[in-house]
Amino acid sequence: MGMTITEKILCHHTDLKEIHPGMLINARVDIALGNDITAPIAIAEFRKAGGLKVFDRDKVVLIPDHFTPNKDIDAAQQCKFIREFAREQKLTHYYDVGEAGIEHALLPEQGIVLPGDLVIGADSHTCTYGALGAFATGVGSTDLAAAMMTGEVWFRVPETMKIVFSGKMKKWVSGKDLILYIIGLIGVDGAIYKAMEFTGETIGRLSMADRLTIANMVIEAGAKNGIFVPDDITKAYVEERAKRPYRFYNSDPDAQYADVINIDVNKIEPQVAFPHTPSNVRGISQVGDVKIDQVVIGSCTNGRIEDLRVAAGILKKKKAAPHVRLIVVPATQGIYKQALQEGLIEIFIDAHAAVSTPTCGACLGGHMGVLADGEKAVSTTNRNFTGRMGHTGSEVYLASPAIAAASAVLGRIASPQEL
Amino acid sequence: MKFRGKVWKFGDDIDTDAIIPARYLVSSDPAFLAAHCMEDADPEFVKKISVGDIIVAGDNFGCGSSREHAPIAIKTAGISCIVAKSFARIFYRNAFNIGLPIFESRDLWDMVSEGEEIEVDGSSGTIRMLGTCRGPLRIEPIPPFMQQLLRDGGLMKHITKKRA
Repeated sequence: MGMTITEKILCHHTDLKEIHPGMLINARVDIALGNDITAPIAIAEFRKAGGLKVFDRDKVVLIPDHFTPNKDIDAAQQCKFIREFAREQKLTHYYDVGEAGIEHALLPEQGIVLPGDLVIGADSHTCTYGALGAFATGVGSTDLAAAMMTGEVWFRVPETMKIVFSGKMKKWVSGKDLILYIIGLIGVDGAIYKAMEFTGETIGRLSMADRLTIANMVIEAGAKNGIFVPDDITKAYVEERAKRPYRFYNSDPDAQYADVINIDVNKIEPQVAFPHTPSNVRGISQVGDVKIDQVVIGSCTNGRIEDLRVAAGILKKKKAAPHVRLIVVPATQGIYKQALQEGLIEIFIDAHAAVSTPTCGACLGGHMGVLADGEKAVSTTNRNFTGRMGHTGSEVYLASPAIAAASAVLGRIASPQEL
Repeated sequence: MKFRGKVWKFGDDIDTDAIIPARYLVSSDPAFLAAHCMEDADPEFVKKISVGDIIVAGDNFGCGSSREHAPIAIKTAGISCIVAKSFARIFYRNAFNIGLPIFESRDLWDMVSEGEEIEVDGSSGTIRMLGTCRGPLRIEPIPPFMQQLLRDGGLMKHITKKRA
């Protein structure tokens, strides 16, 4: 019987000849990732269980990115704890403030995750790397501790849901709109425990940035992983970054799928997820008049150079509305520098944006843009749960960089077409 | 594996930001996390519960962030087990990995009221609603591997045992 790309990658990381959905397996990991919030528990568990050395210092990756640059003394202590562990273990891939970035933007950019890899991360948005044709999934700190010790992790092999995109995307429609549309369609548990495989003629024209955004948010539909079969676009992206061998997998023609969803992207307009769940989506034409206080452009979902280019294109020679605080967060130091060289940072500053060093801070209400009671924000991030970006009385509207930039200028949720 | 306690009910899609808000993730001290357990879903929760009580929730409990702080907060606050219609997958893993028993039942939520006392028997796979004449309810059996994790006291102890 044929296998899906997800099943093949999982299978090739075990000693089994074939696997099928529902099986419980132990799989070898290529990369095990943690951040300043999740790694402290993992390190403590690792030590408590008698761990002295991680299974492979090239494969355990620690990135302090959530409450960094250290937002307060407690955050500083957590960062110090993981920094000391990274030094003690001589980890190859530890990146601190000044050379780091948001983990899920940094790892693909630096070629640390590659096609065919099996990646676990103690961060739910680890699923981002599925865009490269890797199996990548979020786990908890104890899973990370176990992987640091043994190099293995347990999985229940997921069933796969196939999403087939056809048609041409309208102007201002991006990967963010496609994934928000799907989450709206199937709900926040619509793909629970499943793999989501994205395919169809539209994918062949989709940039790596758009694919990373789509894979990033499959967790918001409850999925275990999201995945794209690698192609020439993948090849062009990884060729210049990879420092070790990688492998392209594909799905067999007779692979079994639990569901198949066909989507004509031509029918999709820019999407906005209303509070307080990512599935509460509306097309931009159905939004109505929603006055906003803050706009955040950035995060592991939409902080890449392509996102900043779109936002800068809209903000050029314009200013954020006087009542709107505009915050732009390039996702890595590399992206920041690139944006500077392309003149994007100047456009943002002229538009009265606060441009921040890379950090997850604002997305989870940590720092760098926390919302007060009653405030409304348009954000290119991934979650709009109650209190996600600050006070439980605040509201978050999720959208693409294009919608976020236009909304900043007009002071209400708006399309660039209105400018 | 028997748990007896009062029921605290929550709806669908209770996310980990509601279980333990990100503003408290500057610490991984279980007692600190427990003091803020469920704070953004019910600010009085920690004051109201007694040791051994049981959370009964709807679909997709624990969705969102991978933070293990969420099941740690619930376990340390004194909740003995969770019965939900379904769990988000990372929360599901985390609960077994840290030794917090969780069970799936599609029917319990509609049959119990908050404050009612129930007994969950993980071994026989039944839930009894005490103080009523309603018969026991079947729960989904826990897969053998997860049972092993609970018996061993979580994933790290399971691994240590296997390696010894």
